[in-house]
Amino acid sequence: MSLDPAQFEEPINQLRRQIEEATAAEKDPAQLVALQAELTKVADEIFGNLTPWQKTLVARHPQRPYTLDFISYLFEEWTEIHGDRKFSDDPAIVAGFARFRGAPCAIIGHQKGRNTKEKIYRNFGQPRPEGFRKALRVMKLAEKFNLPIFTFIDTQGAYPGLGAEERGQAEAIAVNLREMAMLSVPVIVIVIGEGGSGGALALGVGDRVFMLEHAVYSVISPEGCAAILWKNPSAAAEAAAAMRITAIDLKRLNIIDDIVPEPNGGAHADPARAAELLAPYLEKALKELQKLKPAALPEERYKKFRKMGVFEKG
Amino acid sequence: MAWFRKEKKPKEAVEKVAIPEGLWVKCDDCKEIVYRKEVEQNFNVCPKCNYHFRLTARERFEILFDDGKYKEFAGDIRSGDPLEFRDTKRYRDRLKVYELRVGKGDAVLCAEGKLDGISVVVCAMEYAFMGGSMGSVVGEKITIAAERALEKKEPLLIVSTSGGARMQEGILSLMQMAKISAALARLAEARLPYVSILTDPTTGGVTASYAMLGDLNIAEPKALIGFAGPRVIEQTIRQTLPEGFQRAEFLVEHGMVDLITPRSEMKPALARFLRMFTGKKREAAS
Repeated sequence: MSLDPAQFEEPINQLRRQIEEATAAEKDPAQLVALQAELTKVADEIFGNLTPWQKTLVARHPQRPYTLDFISYLFEEWTEIHGDRKFSDDPAIVAGFARFRGAPCAIIGHQKGRNTKEKIYRNFGQPRPEGFRKALRVMKLAEKFNLPIFTFIDTQGAYPGLGAEERGQAEAIAVNLREMAMLSVPVIVIVIGEGGSGGALALGVGDRVFMLEHAVYSVISPEGCAAILWKNPSAAAEAAAAMRITAIDLKRLNIIDDIVPEPNGGAHADPARAAELLAPYLEKALKELQKLKPAALPEERYKKFRKMGVFEKG
Repeated sequence: MAWFRKEKKPKEAVEKVAIPEGLWVKCDDCKEIVYRKEVEQNFNVCPKCNYHFRLTARERFEILFDDGKYKEFAGDIRSGDPLEFRDTKRYRDRLKVYELRVGKGDAVLCAEGKLDGISVVVCAMEYAFMGGSMGSVVGEKITIAAERALEKKEPLLIVSTSGGARMQEGILSLMQMAKISAALARLAEARLPYVSILTDPTTGGVTASYAMLGDLNIAEPKALIGFAGPRVIEQTIRQTLPEGFQRAEFLVEHGMVDLITPRSEMKPALARFLRMFTGKKREAAS
């Protein structure tokens, strides 16, 4: 079980190197076009046939666009605010206000770091209670000023640490679930990378829930599930398949509203294009939701989540 | 969602069910051999060390409802194995084993009746059923119970004991957290009391949803209550956890649980609060 996406991306990377070399050597343009076409074909083939575990690795890809990347591509006047006004700030969640297509909105999202220093600063995108409480504070502000809310989900899960437990990790998540259910403004959720457990859901109770094509969303990480049920963390690939964590699975289970296509070779191959592909989903959802009366939003949201679950009678 | 005790603990509970023939029982905590009848008369609490034995959902109902009389509802909901999940065993087969051993109610039973003369809806979780794990069935039953409380304008009590969300139902289990919390939000909006009773153990997605959302969160003594399991935390921080970490007393100290109430005093305490919250007189009407 490999942890490196390079394992299945190698043919793509090889072609990219060839194209670079050919460009540098100023080779025949026809040859370049042929190489480009080959690259598109190979990338489509590889990314069209990813296993659930491979998707997990793509969702965690070190070059994958994070919340702040999507914000920079899609929103204007982004201004971050900090802190839960109770204990501290949590850089694993960013929250603030911006404009989407000119109209003001609130944005909240998990944030991972790119290099070691940033990763530590962002706590690997694993929030502590303060992060969830900050998120809720911004949601309530958005509600007060009648602004729609966009949330970006990208976390392995809430941080399992001593201080986090002491300060009520469970309570912070639980309160978000309850309060998000009652918000009288539109809430649009996008799972951009990893949707890990309660730490993801704490930003995930929305009127529309979208998932990027290669994102994953699950009750526990594949490694965690493998450790518990298989008693063997290296059974993660099996666990990833068994838990049905891909966007296609979640669409089939009626958990998400739509799958947002990613560019050829995955969002990390072209982050700007990934954002471009997401934009129309946000525009459409916002337009639809803004037609509803404020009181209808929690009502509709309740109906949406009320239906989730599969069981038999008798 | 840490309910990795699942494999061991259900067996214990099952053994416990098998013991009633015996006159003596060994306390899980102090390991003393105590007279079974004495334990039973003491609300299933060890007379030597005050250890609270795990109760089945129905034992819980017996304690809470007046004269042990109650009516169960939503008992006809079964798991459908939506993911066709299989680890080392098929989920479907595991379910069958638990249904035979524990009963067909999955990991929660719902009932209504009187508590000190007050009409209430009570959900009691069943730890012996797959570690009390929450899947679609638990989510649906508790939501039905919350909706019933709302409709009848009655208080809701949920007695939790669970390792967390049920992995075998994947994302559907996770969504039950949102579903139940949304139902509780409506209850809160209608100003109906919801009391969460946390018993040993309450962890993972159950703690991170309804168990922490009570107007009152009342715990039994020494109950393990947390989000992440102690083993996961130890692996993350690479330190041994302090004594008493994630026990009910620890949660009171850190402001997450309102009070600890021994089992013998649970019902009177609940009655007291519910009377005050619903503007009823001090004495039971009946």
